[in-house]
Amino acid sequence: MKILVPVKRVIDYNVKVRVKKDETDVELDNVKMSMNPFDEIAVEEALRSKEKGVASEIIAVSIGLPEVQETIRNALAMGADSGIFVNCTSKLEPLSVAKILTSICNKIKPDLVIMGKQAIDDDMNATGQMLSAMLSWGQATFASKLEIQDKKIKVGREIDGGIENIEVNLPAIVTTDLRLNEPRYASLPNIMKAKRKPIDEIKVEDLNIDIEPRLEILKVEEPKSREAGIMVKSVDEMIEKLKNEAKVI
Amino acid sequence: MKTLVVVDHNNNKLEKSTLNTIKAAIKLENVDLLVLSDSCKDICNELIHIKSINNIFINENVAFKNQLAEDSANFIAKNFKDYTNILFSNTSNGKNVAPRLAGLLDTMIIPDVIEIVDKQTFKRPIYAGNAIATCKSKNKINIITIRSTAFEEAETSDDNVIEIKEIGSLTTNNLTKYLNSELTKSERPELTSADIVVSGGRGLGSAENFQILEKLADKLGAAMGASRAAVDAGYVPNDWQVGQTGKIVAPNLYIAVGISGAIQHLAGMKDSKVIIGINKDEEAPIFSISDYGLAEDLFKAVPEMESKLN
Ligand SMILES: Cc1cc2nc3c(=O)[nH]c(=O)nc-3n(C[C@H](O)[C@H](O)[C@H](O)COP(=O)(O)OP(=O)(O)OC[C@H]3O[C@@H](n4cnc5c(N)ncnc54)[C@H](O)[C@@H]3O)c2cc1C
Repeated sequence: MKILVPVKRVIDYNVKVRVKKDETDVELDNVKMSMNPFDEIAVEEALRSKEKGVASEIIAVSIGLPEVQETIRNALAMGADSGIFVNCTSKLEPLSVAKILTSICNKIKPDLVIMGKQAIDDDMNATGQMLSAMLSWGQATFASKLEIQDKKIKVGREIDGGIENIEVNLPAIVTTDLRLNEPRYASLPNIMKAKRKPIDEIKVEDLNIDIEPRLEILKVEEPKSREAGIMVKSVDEMIEKLKNEAKVI
Repeated sequence: MKTLVVVDHNNNKLEKSTLNTIKAAIKLENVDLLVLSDSCKDICNELIHIKSINNIFINENVAFKNQLAEDSANFIAKNFKDYTNILFSNTSNGKNVAPRLAGLLDTMIIPDVIEIVDKQTFKRPIYAGNAIATCKSKNKINIITIRSTAFEEAETSDDNVIEIKEIGSLTTNNLTKYLNSELTKSERPELTSADIVVSGGRGLGSAENFQILEKLADKLGAAMGASRAAVDAGYVPNDWQVGQTGKIVAPNLYIAVGISGAIQHLAGMKDSKVIIGINKDEEAPIFSISDYGLAEDLFKAVPEMESKLN
């Protein structure tokens, strides 16, 4: 079984994100970048299924500027077998990413795609669902449990009311939620080994896909900030404030 | 220009955030509603008095009982592709179906909208709410999910009864099968629409200790929430998680207990009207967004607060 794992390079989740002065974007210069945490969970899940003998090959794919190859290397260092780098200098949004991934899936024919439910930069939560629609595959979003069987998967999904269990025929798309697993760190020997693993480069132009963005970003601004509050000294004072000042209880 | 709101529900009851989504839709134009369920009647009874709605379309089919994205998205794509806007609530259902529909219709989804600037321009939070992006859409069809806390509820009236029309037919998918669900049962108000939310974090230390918070919540008639750390540790169920990747809440009062205040948590609650933080670490970031902070051991403060409220 072949598993494809798309990985995205994003601002590290520990970084305090700042809006640029000209309000065109957030500050990206000299900011620590990492693999999207949900994608790490996706890579980990693929690795675990290989270790169980269910999957035989894991391919990590990333789309963007040459820097995204670092993210592919991270996936290779965690244990993925090979990478695909789609060289693309234009701005991307989930619709175009899903189209590019569709084209890659048609080429390499994975049995399963495991990907993050959302990227922590644009918080779209969309690419997996769009990709499943384009491929006419089944989707299992927000997975917190995955069991791969012969020609199908059983997935526990985190939904608003609790957990929902579904069964999806392969090939399928799974999008990962936080509680699916805890991703491993790459060991030093594996980081060294990853340097020799192959990364295939594809130029996005060669795929002949319309990737013109449909959403134009007019402005990126700071959210409204809250007025500073106060510290109270006791529970009595807290209750007094809530009753008489804030009037919420 | 026609706008469709896909109604979110659990087959018996309307999901309350639908009312906020309808309110947002009314800012667009010509609003119709769509109910897909195995039993539409009770849900429709809640909808027929909403003001400024043209039609309620329904399709009653056992297959819709399980609300699989494959079925709903196919059905909507087939029957509503002449609409200009299709809106969903940004619930787990909406997030599951809307992007799939967008993929079918070759349109870029506009998720988690907090403001409709004009008919093609929308604001949405990015980077866990640390920035707000204004997006201008070049889509022919806008598929939008609405953050319910950013919009009021649609108004109802007694005299304005909307007609209900059957529409379309479903060819069920053979890709995905529903097995079962494990739903959290609770007598408390629903987390995303509650007036007061009492939320606990890793500081609680165990599932048993959460009972002291639950007592406080019950005294206040509040819903319970939690941080990711508390959910990951197994103290409480996953559907209590508030934050960037959990639920978004904006109650009148949010009580954060033993929660440090990581940005991913703040993303889910910082639009609450009044926030109080209880944390023994006076440097905890939760205090930077609290209206009232109390730097004290929660095992002392929470029972004291509970006993002094009446
Ligand atoms: C991709 C991603 C997504 C995430 N999404 C979310 C999300 O949706 N929601 C979310 O909440 N988190 C999310 N997180 C996790 C987030 O970064 C934090 O790790 C998490 O919120 C911390 O939870 P906490 O505040 O309960 O725990 P901690 O940060 O460990 O804080 C515990 C607090 O309890 C206090 N405390 C301990 N004992 C006591 C006591 N006796 N009395 C009073 N105070 C006490 C401590 O001082 C401390 O401040 C996400 C992280 C990532 C990487």
